[in-house]
Order: sequence, then structure tokens, then C-alpha cells
Amino acid sequence: MNPLPDIPFSYNLRNLWTRRLTTGLTIGGMALVVFVFSAVLMLAEGLKKTLVATGSPENVVVIRKGSDSEIQSGVERLQASTIETQPEVAIGADGQPLVAKELVVVIVLPKRGTGKGSNVVIRGASAESLLLRPQIRLLEGRLPKPGSSEIMAGINIAKRFTGGGLGETLRFGMRSWTVVGIFDAGNTGFSSEIWGDVDQLMPAFRRQAYSSVIFRLRDPSEFEAVKKRIENDPRLSLEAMRETRYYEKQSEMMAKFLRILGISLTAIFSLGAIIGAMITMYAAVANRVSEIGTLRALGFHRRSILGAFLLESLLLGFFGGAIGLFFSAFLQFFTISTMNFQTFSELAFSFDLNFQIAYQAMGFALIMGFAGGLLPAVRASRLPIVDALRAA
Amino acid sequence: MFLLRLVFRNVFRHKLRTWLTVLGITIAILAFGLLRTVISAWYAGVEASSASRLVTRNAISIIFTLPLSYEERIRQTEGVRIVSGGNWFGGIYIDEKHFFANFAIEPKPFFALYPEIILPPEQEAAFIRDRKGFVAGRKLVEKYGWKLGDTVTLRGTIFPGQWDFVMRGIYKGRDKNVDETTFYFQWDYLNEKMKKTYPQRADQIGFFMIGVTRPDIASDVAARIDNEFRNSIAETLTETEKAFQMSWIAMSQAIVTAIQLVSFVVIVIIMAVMANTMAMTARERIGEYAIFKALGFGGGYIAALIFGESLIISMIGCAFGIAFTFPAARAFGDALSTFFPIFNVAPETIYMDIAAAAVIGTVAGVFPSWRSIRIRIADGLRRIG
Amino acid sequence: MAEARSIVEIRNVSKSYRRGSQIVPVLENITFDIAEGEFLALMGPSGSGKSTLLNLLAGIDSVDSGSILIGGLDITTLSETDLAAWRAVNVGFIFQFYNLIPVLTAFGNVELPLLLTRLSRKERHEHVEMALRSVGLSDRMDHYPNQLSGGQQQRVAIARAVVTDPVILVADEPTGDLDRVSAAEILELMSRLNKELGKTIIMVTHDARAAEKAHLIKQLDKGVFINVSS
Repeated sequence: MNPLPDIPFSYNLRNLWTRRLTTGLTIGGMALVVFVFSAVLMLAEGLKKTLVATGSPENVVVIRKGSDSEIQSGVERLQASTIETQPEVAIGADGQPLVAKELVVVIVLPKRGTGKGSNVVIRGASAESLLLRPQIRLLEGRLPKPGSSEIMAGINIAKRFTGGGLGETLRFGMRSWTVVGIFDAGNTGFSSEIWGDVDQLMPAFRRQAYSSVIFRLRDPSEFEAVKKRIENDPRLSLEAMRETRYYEKQSEMMAKFLRILGISLTAIFSLGAIIGAMITMYAAVANRVSEIGTLRALGFHRRSILGAFLLESLLLGFFGGAIGLFFSAFLQFFTISTMNFQTFSELAFSFDLNFQIAYQAMGFALIMGFAGGLLPAVRASRLPIVDALRAA
Repeated sequence: MFLLRLVFRNVFRHKLRTWLTVLGITIAILAFGLLRTVISAWYAGVEASSASRLVTRNAISIIFTLPLSYEERIRQTEGVRIVSGGNWFGGIYIDEKHFFANFAIEPKPFFALYPEIILPPEQEAAFIRDRKGFVAGRKLVEKYGWKLGDTVTLRGTIFPGQWDFVMRGIYKGRDKNVDETTFYFQWDYLNEKMKKTYPQRADQIGFFMIGVTRPDIASDVAARIDNEFRNSIAETLTETEKAFQMSWIAMSQAIVTAIQLVSFVVIVIIMAVMANTMAMTARERIGEYAIFKALGFGGGYIAALIFGESLIISMIGCAFGIAFTFPAARAFGDALSTFFPIFNVAPETIYMDIAAAAVIGTVAGVFPSWRSIRIRIADGLRRIG
Repeated sequence: MAEARSIVEIRNVSKSYRRGSQIVPVLENITFDIAEGEFLALMGPSGSGKSTLLNLLAGIDSVDSGSILIGGLDITTLSETDLAAWRAVNVGFIFQFYNLIPVLTAFGNVELPLLLTRLSRKERHEHVEMALRSVGLSDRMDHYPNQLSGGQQQRVAIARAVVTDPVILVADEPTGDLDRVSAAEILELMSRLNKELGKTIIMVTHDARAAEKAHLIKQLDKGVFINVSS
């Protein structure tokens, strides 16, 4: 005996095609849900990538104990010097320790187009800062000259904010600063920052202390040792963490928010899509009652009937999933530019599609198709032959 | 009325299909209502803020402070009625997950400036007497079970160290949109400690809250204040409280817009599904409608039957959707309470729900009505058996 | 005429239906035989139980009591799964409304029962072509039911009914939806299948003209046979 559904595949396809409008609308509903689902996953992935990529596990970020970010932190000059002398700090090609003492400040700049103000991070950096962040590439122009009022802008700032483009000037700290270079840091937070000479920016903002100290480990496995020493020193009251971990923490709230919102939206929508599929399949069954009776009379098993209707419903899910996924792929051309709730600064990140997300989205679509089609398929298979035949 | 009876009978003919459709609409209305509530929660700060209060802060950056000495000069400015200085403290209770807003304020002018914060007079007096005291909103107190006299410790981030406070009061909001999850303590306590530990950071105010004598001169007063401090060490930026709140939202505009878009797309999709269901049903009933016509009932009658059925189904779904929105909003609000201290379902949202359901029911009925009216009697009769 | 063996043996069969809270008896203790190669017409008023009897013979309904032996096999003892398998090979169906699958071509419809067998694709195709040829529709293999007339659809149905070379053919009002000319054609075809191929046919009908084509007419009323004529 053949245990598998013997009903030809073309039967299922043609049945879907015959009721085109209904099929189309149901597939449309599923496509929308899959679109939202995959958009949320892509967004979370893009956020993670941006923030994690921003750091390197070989770098250590040192900030004041208890501060949550560079912006709230303050590291005195004396404390910074102490860090520089730690043995675990790598030595650069020039024989100097690879330590960057940086100032991080948030100011408001107007966005191009809307003119609405948004927070932007300004980082006072030094030559070591660039050495520690090899992912930063100069795109246009040149690096700012130390000791001058020159600054360079990350590509997101240059694009989105008035005065951030090459050759343009910005005014803050009672001085004018000229943008002499545009840099690209890939999909990382640095691309939304403005960099200048720390020794010029500190007096401009009337700061005596740095915000943070970043150094490269000469050996990544020595992290725990140097962390312990720094954190246990009563004179210092500082804390140290790997750069990757620092940036991961920055996005926790944002990621949580996106996750909760996205998942509850998807859950609600998916219920709606499943109901849509159920209505469609119940109607399909009702329409084909005598056909079901005929097939059973001819000798097809209940299982075959169940399988056939379930297959049609799975096809609805499959096509809906494929279409939804296809359109969500276009989201990769968009970048979201918004404020990170935790750090109050501008964050630009994009949608990131990978194989795992595509896989999950299609799986989700098929599950929806299955859930929507199961009960109607069971009903179809349970119809008594005689009653089914009687309904012409 | 015969028509109404017939419509009701028809609605419950296909019980399963009807209930599934109702369920679908319930879900759509629920989703729509929740999304709109999220948006109004986003703007809750703006709603609660006043156009007759001003906020003055450092023009360069929100994280920079202003000297305490500015307070007297602002008070002297024409049109200013009250000045209250404060600092965003940013302290952490237990850990980062337990986020709530905490501020250092000058109690007397603050409570005068914010009449919508209601504090029993004896609690206010106890708070002012105790330098280490704090008052907190009702919702916050309920969440953590604090009692008057309890000591609560916050870990300072901007102002380092462990800070102990004693609870002296619980405030209630006068209106529903007042945030009842904020923690206020005395600025003097902050300043005293700063003078001892980080003297160069003492006597610094984060922002000034200003009450003006008349709301219509608010923008003039704002300009006057900023003028006063132009070209000084710390230039100021003064705007109405509403404008200040709006500027924060503007920064997350992208997300708000996305949510608004999605909420409307939900409605469109469910409209399509419902329209499809009504079309299916009408298609099956073409024979019956032909009989009606043969008997002499006009096209308008048939349209009324179809629209009636479609509207009743969508209204039943709407009713359920609205009913479920309240508990769902509560659950949602609890889960996102750190982001949205205020999460209320506004009356406008309910009206929009009803309007949406009405639109759905009407649109769903259009195509089948049009089709059924136009069918020729003979064609229709042939479709039966 | 030599006595042909009984291909269908019905023994003490009773069947009733539940309508709401009432139990309505439809067949009461029926016993009779059908010889191999017989062409039997079952007639009777509405509710007489003729369709019920047909359904029981075809294995698409189950008896309350009694047994039905077809080709020596008691089908009342078969499980539902086995019954389905049995039907696929042993019964050919001809319905009043043809009951063709609208989304399959004439070819596809006739091939359906063969999908339940172990024949190879090539073998199936040969059988289908042969069946369609025998009903004179070779040139319309690729047409869909909605492209065929009523008479043509019924002929496709008949081709489907004979393609597995079943033991019995059951027909429920085969001419009920056809005009006089098509009806006559169909009956002629069935008659030929019976005479030339020796197919046993059990037909339920109202149509006296249809009944004339049969060898044997049995009248049913209130669940029992009332007279026998040949």
C-alpha cells in the first residue's frame, strides 16, 4: 500500500490557482507577517553588528567606576598616566605605549533637511586613537592637524548633519571648527562621531579630565590580570572592560526594546495571518466537499486527503514567506538613524540579512501555513463519504 | 424588522467562518490599538508638559552644567515668576534594569512650579526638613514596596559613590498623564557631598525650570534669558517645556514613524482578508440573492443585507478587540515600563478603533454588493443546484 | 442460460440512520444475490433505501448488521484502510453529477484510480488511453471538465470507472443530469460494457428508460424488495 499522498502535486497547485483572489490575499497576509518578522530580526542583527564591530577584544576601555558610559565618566590626568605604565599595555612601533586618552562629549547639531537637532558624539582623540581603531579609514580629505581647529567627521555625520560635510564648519565650545576629512568606520558607532584633537577640545569644553582611556593589550589573555590590578587600586576608582563588551552594554536597552516590540507585533500579526489561512482553507474544503467524497470513494485514504489540504496550506505559507523575505531583502538599502536611549547619542545602523534569518523566516512562514491549514485539513479528512457525496 | 432579523440569521449561518472572521478583526483592532497606544506613550511626555514653563540648559551640550549663580540673574529677568534649579542624577537602583528617572531639585520652588504633582503638606514639610530625604511617585513606590522612613540607596554614575536617601513622601499625579515613577531628592544634599569630594564640580546646576508670569510671553522671556548669558562662559538655551520634550522625540522619529506606518498597514491587510471572506460568502449565496430579486426585492435591499452582515461582523470584532486592548496594554506597559512610564489607552485610540472597524466592514461589503446587485436573475437561479 | 456464480452476496443486512433524536430504519434484513455479469436496476420511491443499498455494496457506507460478500470477500469485516484499498481495485463509480475533479484534465481524472496501484507511469498511461478510447474520447484527453458537455463528462467518468478493471460497477442515477440524446448514449455504452466485457453493473435510477436497458429490475420500498421482474 502506498502510504504517501498519491494525489498529484499539480492538483494542489491548480486548486490554489483556480481561486486566485483568495489565494493571493492569503499569501499577501502571510508575506506581510514574514516581512515584519524578518525586518525585526534583521534590525536586531544590524544593531548587534554595529555595536559589537565597534570594538576589538584586544582593546581595553577604562572609565570611572560606576559610570555607565564614556560620557558620564571622568578620568584624571594622573589616573591616565598610571594606566599608561601598566606592563600589559602593548608598545607601538614608535616605542610608545599604545594608549589613547580621549574626551567624549555630546552636543546638539541640526540635521540636514529637517533642521531638527539631534545629539552627536564628539571625540577628542590622538594619534594613538587611530592606531587602536584600524577599522577607521579616511575616505576624503585628510587627518586634522594636531594643535589646530580642524576636525574630521564620520560618514553618517557628514551625510545627515548640516555643517558636517567636507570643508564645512561647525561651531561649538565658542570656536569654529573646520571639517578637513571624512572617515568611514564601516558599520560601527564611530561612523556617527566627530573626531578632533583632544588637547584642543578639552579646553574648548572647559574639561580638566579625560573621559576614558583606551589601550591595546600586548597579549589578549592578560586582560584579567590588568583588569584586577586597575579595579583593586584604591587610588584609581576605575573600571576596565574589553572594548567589545563595552559597546555591547551600550545597546542592551535599545536591543531589548526592539526585541519586545518586534516580537509582540509579530506574534499578533502571525495570529492574524493564521486566521486568514484558516478561513481560506475552510472555504476551500467547503467548496470541494463532493470532490473529497469522490476521492475517498475512489479509494484514497483519509491521510491522503489530510495531506493534500495541509500541503496546499503549506504552499500558501511557502509563497507568502518567499515573497515577504524577498521584499525584506530590500530593507538592506536603508539605514536607521536614531537616538540610542542609553547613551543619548546618534546611532546609525542598518538591516542585516543573513542565511540564518532567511531560514528562520521561511520556517516561521511554513509553521503559519501548517497551523492555519491543520484544522480544516482534519475536517476534510473526517467527512463521511456518503454525506460528502450527497452535497453536490 | 425583517431585514435586521435576516441579517442576524445570515451572520450566524456559518458559525465557524463568522467566528474566525470576528477573531481576525479582534486581533487587528487589538494590534492597531496597541500600536497607537505605544505612539501616544511616546508623546506622553509632551502631552504632560506645559507651554508656560521654560527649561534653560547649557547651549553646547545637555551634559554640561550651568553655574548656580545664574539662578538669581534668571529670577531677575522680566517675566519670570519662579525659578527652580535641578540636576539629572542618573543614579542606579540595584542594577541598570531597574531604571527610573531621578533628579536633584530645589523643593520649595519645584512644588510651586509643578501643581500637578500632589504631595500631602505634612510629607512635603518632612521632605524639606530632611536633607537626605526623597519623594517618589506612587507607581514607583508600589513597584518596590517602599515605606515612609525606608532608606533607599542609589549608585551614582555621573556623581560617583553610593548615595543613601530616606523616603519622606509619595506623590500622586493630578492628571492621568503625569509620570508617577520619578524620584526627587534635595539638590543641597548633592551639592554638599560634591563640595567635599569633587569641589570643582560643586555649585553647578544641570537645568533651570522656569515659570513665567503669563503664558503668551513665554517665548519672549526665553529669548531674554538667552540674551542675558550670550558670550559668557556657559551660554544658555531656553525653550518651552513642550519644545524640550518634543526635541527628544524628534531624535527617535524614525522608529515612531515606522510604528505609525505599520499600524495602518495592519488595517489594510485585515480589510483585504475580510473583503475576501465577504466575497466568498456572497459568491455562495448568489442563488439566494437571485431568488430575492425574482420575488421583487430591489438591489438596495440586497446591498443592505450584505453591508449589514459585514458591518455586524466587524463591529462584534471591534468590541472584542477594544475589550482586550485594556488588559493587553497593561501587560505591554508592564513589560516596557522602563521605557514608557505612562502607558494609557487614550479615548482617541478607541474612537480610531471604531472608525477602523467601520471602514473595514464597509469596504468589505462594497465589491460583493456591487456584484450581487448587477447579477441577472436568470443567471443567479441557474447557480442553485 | 447457465447459472452464473454470485459475485455479490448480501446476507441479512440492516441499516438505519439517526435523524436528530430519532432512529430511522432504512434497510431491514435484506438478503439477495447478484450474479456475475448481471445488469441490475434498483428502483423505488424516495427514501426507499436504494441509494443506501448501493453505497453499502460499494463499500462507502457500513452496515448495522449482516454481511456483504463480493467476490467471496466479506467487506463488512474490512477496516477502513483496507476497505479504501479494496475499493480502489474492485469498484467503479458512476455518479449523477459525474464528480470529475475540475482541476484535472480528462486524462488526469481517468488516471486517478491508477495512482493507488503499483503500476508504472508507462503502464498507467497505456490503461488510461485504452479506457478513453473505449468510451470514444481519445481526442479530448487534455480537456478540462468545464470544456466538455454533460454527456462527454459522464463518458470520462465511465472511463475512470473501468480503468482498473473492477469487479463491479455502481451507478447512482447516471442519466439524471443528461438530456435525452446523451442519456441514450450513456446507457448504450453501459450496456455494451456489460455485454461485451461482462461487467457486473448495479444501477440506481428513476428513469424507466434507463431501467429498460437493464436485465433485472428490483423495486425497493421502505427498505424491502417488493417484486422481481426480468
